[in-house]
Amino acid sequence: MINATAHTYHAEPTEEALPSRGRVGMVCLIATEAALFSIFVVAYLFYIGKSLIGPYPAQVLEVPMLPTICLLASSATIMLAERALRQGYGVLFKGWWFLTMLLGVAFLYATAVEWYRLIFTHHLTISTNLFGTTFYSLVGFHAMHVTVGLMLLTLVLILSLCGYVTQAQSERVAALSLYWHFVDVVWIVVFLVVYVIGR
Amino acid sequence: MAFEYPLARPQAEAPRLPLLVQLHDWVVTVDHKRLGIMYVCTGLLFFAVAGLEASIMRWQLAFPNHNVVAPEVFNRLFTMHGTTMVFLVGMPLILGLANYLIPLMIGARDLAFPRLNAFGFWLSLFGGVLLYFSYLGGEGLSGAGTAPDVGWFAYAPLTERAFSRGHSTDYWILSLLVSGIGSVATSINIVTTVFCMRCKGMTLARMPLFVWMLLVVAGMILFAMPPLTAAQLMLLLDRYLGARFFDTQAGGSAVLWQHFFWIFGHPEVYILMLPGFAAVSEIIPVFSRKPMFGYAAMVGATLAIAFISMGVWAHHMFTVGMSAMANAFFTASTMLIAVPTGIKIFNWLATMYGGKIRFATPMLFCIGFLFQFLCAGLTGIMLAASPFDWQLSDSYFVVAHFHYVLIGGLLFTIFAAIHYWFPKATGKMLSETLGRWHFWLLVIGFNLTFGPQHIAGILGMPRRIYTYAPGRGWELWNLLSSVGVAFQALAVLFFVWNVIRALRQGPPAGDDPWDAWTLEWTTTSPPPEYNFETLPEVQSRRPLWDLKHPHDPDWHHE
Repeated sequence: MINATAHTYHAEPTEEALPSRGRVGMVCLIATEAALFSIFVVAYLFYIGKSLIGPYPAQVLEVPMLPTICLLASSATIMLAERALRQGYGVLFKGWWFLTMLLGVAFLYATAVEWYRLIFTHHLTISTNLFGTTFYSLVGFHAMHVTVGLMLLTLVLILSLCGYVTQAQSERVAALSLYWHFVDVVWIVVFLVVYVIGR
Repeated sequence: MAFEYPLARPQAEAPRLPLLVQLHDWVVTVDHKRLGIMYVCTGLLFFAVAGLEASIMRWQLAFPNHNVVAPEVFNRLFTMHGTTMVFLVGMPLILGLANYLIPLMIGARDLAFPRLNAFGFWLSLFGGVLLYFSYLGGEGLSGAGTAPDVGWFAYAPLTERAFSRGHSTDYWILSLLVSGIGSVATSINIVTTVFCMRCKGMTLARMPLFVWMLLVVAGMILFAMPPLTAAQLMLLLDRYLGARFFDTQAGGSAVLWQHFFWIFGHPEVYILMLPGFAAVSEIIPVFSRKPMFGYAAMVGATLAIAFISMGVWAHHMFTVGMSAMANAFFTASTMLIAVPTGIKIFNWLATMYGGKIRFATPMLFCIGFLFQFLCAGLTGIMLAASPFDWQLSDSYFVVAHFHYVLIGGLLFTIFAAIHYWFPKATGKMLSETLGRWHFWLLVIGFNLTFGPQHIAGILGMPRRIYTYAPGRGWELWNLLSSVGVAFQALAVLFFVWNVIRALRQGPPAGDDPWDAWTLEWTTTSPPPEYNFETLPEVQSRRPLWDLKHPHDPDWHHE
């Protein structure tokens, strides 16, 4: 009896569909980056209202609605680009991909304008007070991730213009777009912490 | 026969390549086995360096008012010793074992990202080199010191520009930042490999416990390393851009650094210990001739340890003045972690119980580990009680406790692992006689060094002092402690001799010298570059047992 059941068990060695390496690797990277950001977020929350001298957030911060919409919209456009590639529409893919990059650049431009105003009009730098320290490090760290994302997006665009990015590469493009979605999600957290709770 | 593992045998003895070509091959390799060996060698090299630093400190403390090194040199010694042992000895050793063994154990040809693997290794190595370069390059201001001297946990605001002039602290930050990125890269690689590269039939529930525990460790590194990296980035911003994170003059908090550091620091202890548990969980069954007792409980306990270890960090901070609520919480969570750890110890004992135990060197080290790690666990529970900790925090009692964890626990398991897998990696057997000398000298030396430190600590000796006055009752304990170092050094010399002797004239090991059960023993020793000619297929947790006992394979019973 035991032998019989064991034999049927043996006849079909268990086989699982293993997940793709690119996706799992990217999810791991995102997990570790999320832990990194959470420490900066905790530092920001911990130091809210602890600055000994001004300027204070309520005096100088303006809610960046338009840049936020740009960045969140870029998550949608990259999804459309990804789908176009999966279905084999190369031109459509390039179009959505380029639009994603434009939205990312617009976000960075808005950050630059905001920082220019804070530094030269309000004289808030990273060493002014705890608000400046935590603000520039958290927002700057996020902006750095947007910049890295844009570099990777540019690389893919160049490769696709050279004809290397085909339907066969859609799994790799999907892994990269996971990173871009992550950068967007981090912005939602940063937005809430800096511009809603911290103001 | 259900299936066979075709062995890949080298066709003929390949002609010996010139040294430069061989060296070049090692530098450009992306082979997980070579990188694993380089990781382990890096770890052992830094182990010798940090051990030497410890020996100088013990010589300085052997007698009251002893004058071997200057106080500022002593500060650098304990900082470098601690930093090196944790980041440049512990991490490379565990990542090296993971690198070498995981693909072999799950029936894969390499890690998921071989080039990322090489990248991770070289970052770790050069991070270590950068730390030691501080002895040459740290002199930013004349007289401002060379190597880091802020202790391995580098408490703020001592590390701020105002108190730590020159560049010594920058070397501490940057080297750990670099090697930390290397560890994270390798961890991403390990997790991906385990999830995506298992051979046919190797379900998660059939993975060797070694792979399970290293998977959990890699996951822990992903979450525990970033807090340190983030805190170090903040410190860099403070030091170079004038940020105020830990500047108490501007409202910054020194306690925040302690929280961030220990959110990393405590999981790190388990990151270092779990691979030791992992090796023991492979070795004890093989040398007891019984399958591991309580496989599922072991996996569960490992996950429980990983989970709880993320919530115990502030037991390092009882004396900093937290609220009663926080003290109670961290006391309770710290005691809680003893439960899964206890489960593991009972499972190992239950595996040995009734088995046909072979007392070979790897098994001896495992048994030594069981006893000594139990002592470490018991003093750990004592220190977990916050009132007790208020009395003994920052004393030699704590030093004794964590050396029982990291030497009596981790180092013994690492030596067990090296003795167990050395034949696989090199094709040569180590000598049992020399192995026994190594083991017994280390047991004597280790307990002689760190046992008396418990008493010195209870008698009030603080850690990190460079000397002490006579008449406090500390002399005998310190002298015993320093004498123990000689035994430990001798033990390590026996190990070195054993390795060199085995490499030159050791008897050939054969494919499976220990009559073991996991997949790595189906390959030749050393395994070919591609590991498996055809990828294996497994039906149970002990594929090699099934192969050796076709009339009674494990999958009849699992």
